[in-house]
Amino acid sequence: MTNDIWIIATAALVAASCALVGVFLILRRQALIGDAISHSVLLGIVLAYLITDSRALPIMLGGAVIIGLLTAWLSDSLHRVGKLQSDASIGIIFTLFFAIGVILISLYAGQIDLDQECVLYGEIAFVPFDTIYIGNLATESGFDIGPRAFWGIGIVFTIVLSSIIISFNRLKTIAFHPSLALSLGINVIFWHYFLMTLVSMTTVASFDAVGAILVVALLVIPASSAYLVARSLKAMLWMAVGYSQLAVLIGYALAFWLDSSISASIAVSAGLLLFVTIAWQQVQSQRRQRQPIDSL
Amino acid sequence: MDAFTLLDTPTVWTNWLAFWSFDDINLLWVLVGSILLGMSASVIGGFAFLRKRSLVGDALAHAALPGVMMAFLLFESRDPLVMFLGAVTSSFLGFFLIDWLPKNTKIKADAALAITLSFFFALGLMLLSYIQGLEVDNKSGLDKILFGQAAAMTQKDIKLLAYVALFVLSCVVLFFHKFRLIAFSATYARTIGIAVNRYELLLALLIVMSVVVGLQLVGVVLMAAVLLTPVAAARFWSNQLSHILIISALLGGLSAIISTQISYLAPAMPTGPWMVVSLSALFIISLIFAPEKGLLKRYTEHQKLRKKVAEENILRTLYKLLERKNFQHKTFNLADIQALRSMPLESLQSTLKQLCKKALITSSTEGFEMTTSGFELAEQLTRRHRLWENYLTEHAELTPQQVHQQAERIEHILTESQELQLQEELANSQSDPHGNLIPSSNSTIPGESK
Repeated sequence: MTNDIWIIATAALVAASCALVGVFLILRRQALIGDAISHSVLLGIVLAYLITDSRALPIMLGGAVIIGLLTAWLSDSLHRVGKLQSDASIGIIFTLFFAIGVILISLYAGQIDLDQECVLYGEIAFVPFDTIYIGNLATESGFDIGPRAFWGIGIVFTIVLSSIIISFNRLKTIAFHPSLALSLGINVIFWHYFLMTLVSMTTVASFDAVGAILVVALLVIPASSAYLVARSLKAMLWMAVGYSQLAVLIGYALAFWLDSSISASIAVSAGLLLFVTIAWQQVQSQRRQRQPIDSL
Repeated sequence: MDAFTLLDTPTVWTNWLAFWSFDDINLLWVLVGSILLGMSASVIGGFAFLRKRSLVGDALAHAALPGVMMAFLLFESRDPLVMFLGAVTSSFLGFFLIDWLPKNTKIKADAALAITLSFFFALGLMLLSYIQGLEVDNKSGLDKILFGQAAAMTQKDIKLLAYVALFVLSCVVLFFHKFRLIAFSATYARTIGIAVNRYELLLALLIVMSVVVGLQLVGVVLMAAVLLTPVAAARFWSNQLSHILIISALLGGLSAIISTQISYLAPAMPTGPWMVVSLSALFIISLIFAPEKGLLKRYTEHQKLRKKVAEENILRTLYKLLERKNFQHKTFNLADIQALRSMPLESLQSTLKQLCKKALITSSTEGFEMTTSGFELAEQLTRRHRLWENYLTEHAELTPQQVHQQAERIEHILTESQELQLQEELANSQSDPHGNLIPSSNSTIPGESK
């Protein structure tokens, strides 16, 4: 039972952080950069692990942030220097990084406790078994404070939340009116890379739980649902978190019922919630169109 | 490094020989299949690239996954044709969703792509994990389509692949002109009566088909690169669409050969990532070294132009100095030149050396003097400069103070015919807005005895 609670708590934090960051990706029309970073973060994790031989959170975060920023920067420079369309340059960079990551995983398959499967699904079901133990294991004087993945995403969630609260006005201006922000003297490029840093950190902390590709679903889908209904940035942030939490609950039930992968089910239910929202809006707008005719 | 046990030094050569002698007939099939796939995917990807929808292939490949799983669930068979039809159906659904979302909701095109991609992929993974929990036969190997495994392909798979690839290629050849027209200007194509929607649908079908058929070889996750990277690389080699497509087909085929080879030498390796890495290497090579638009070429062109501009500027300065002395005194030293044109001494000296080498000036102990050919060139440049200044004051109504900077730039790139046109336009004006005489086009050095 406690295991279920840990799994749901971890998933809830993952979904909430992704939703918060995703809101800004959607508003800045950079959903594809989010997609790209979530793929290439794999390379960052593998390289950080191979170089330092440790899976400590700061190292993983560092590796992922470096590679994430590198992805954003390289695709931007390829766009400028090589004069390629921006989505094409994004596509070239992230597929290369992801491919190298997969190759490294299969090369060092014996030494790394990552496999191709877990890259895709994550292993949220095993999250409760990889715990942090404080104190001495042998003397049993210490105590278990909970799963590693939970604390990792917890720290990242705190970072994401506090940076959004602190720099709310800045982010708002940049999200809705980048040229105004530029003329006000806000360093748009810095905030762009700041956002990319948040994306990379969220992705890497979510990696254990949901894998490299399903993060995209959690980044983009709840934020898009909120984008459809919300009328202010604050409302959009709250709604995105709300949608993501609902998706976690429904997804967990779905996975329990079908005996399918938990992370995939969460992503699917996020999608279903989006489609329900769209369908509801379509019905609403059709009813609104019909009304004047009825009243005549 | 277990995967590379085959790479122990003595065996690499023998393995390589074994690969190319085709002892294993299955290997030949795989090789042919992957080359065909690489070629057809890169060609069809070219059109997606031109329509600025490079990442559509990515979304479509992901969208195929639930179709494959549904087909397996419904028919409980792994017949390639069943899988293919399932994948094509769900890819097409994804294609319409990408199209429908931005048109009917507030959601933007890039978000629509990411939503479709991640939702379908999640659905596929959910079904896959559901299938793996079921008690059904031959479910193993379904997950191979995630990253691709050339070795896991059967002859039946490859036959299907070959048919589809040939179909795609022949469609492209057959409808090349129409596709090209639509890619560059859909509106124009519509006005001259081409059924654009029908051809777009055909193009979408071809993209979906080549994506789906490539899944087993390259995998869902990386299929996008096979569509996108070759054509992006080929862009640096040529400006002509037919050449670009041929080059990208060659690059696609080449990377297929490389990755199949690696996959043969190290069977534990997934094929897809290697194909992507070799494609990316080809891309980087093209980006830097391509003779048409590569970075190296662009850099050298730029340097050449800078050198030319520096040389011509010195010649112009010498001409101006000459003018000030009423063409009497012809030799000037470094200080004279520097007084009129400020540039670092080092680059000034090297530029002068270049000019000497080209026999445009001669150097003596007193200083530098233009040769006849150097004088002609300087005269021509000055003429162009002053004509342009006149043109700008008369036709663009700029003040004489504004025109010098612009003329300073254009004098290096005006052509002879443009010069003649300017001369006609300005009805043989004698002097520029600053009152300097415009040298006529058939004069010799004034004051020089003939």
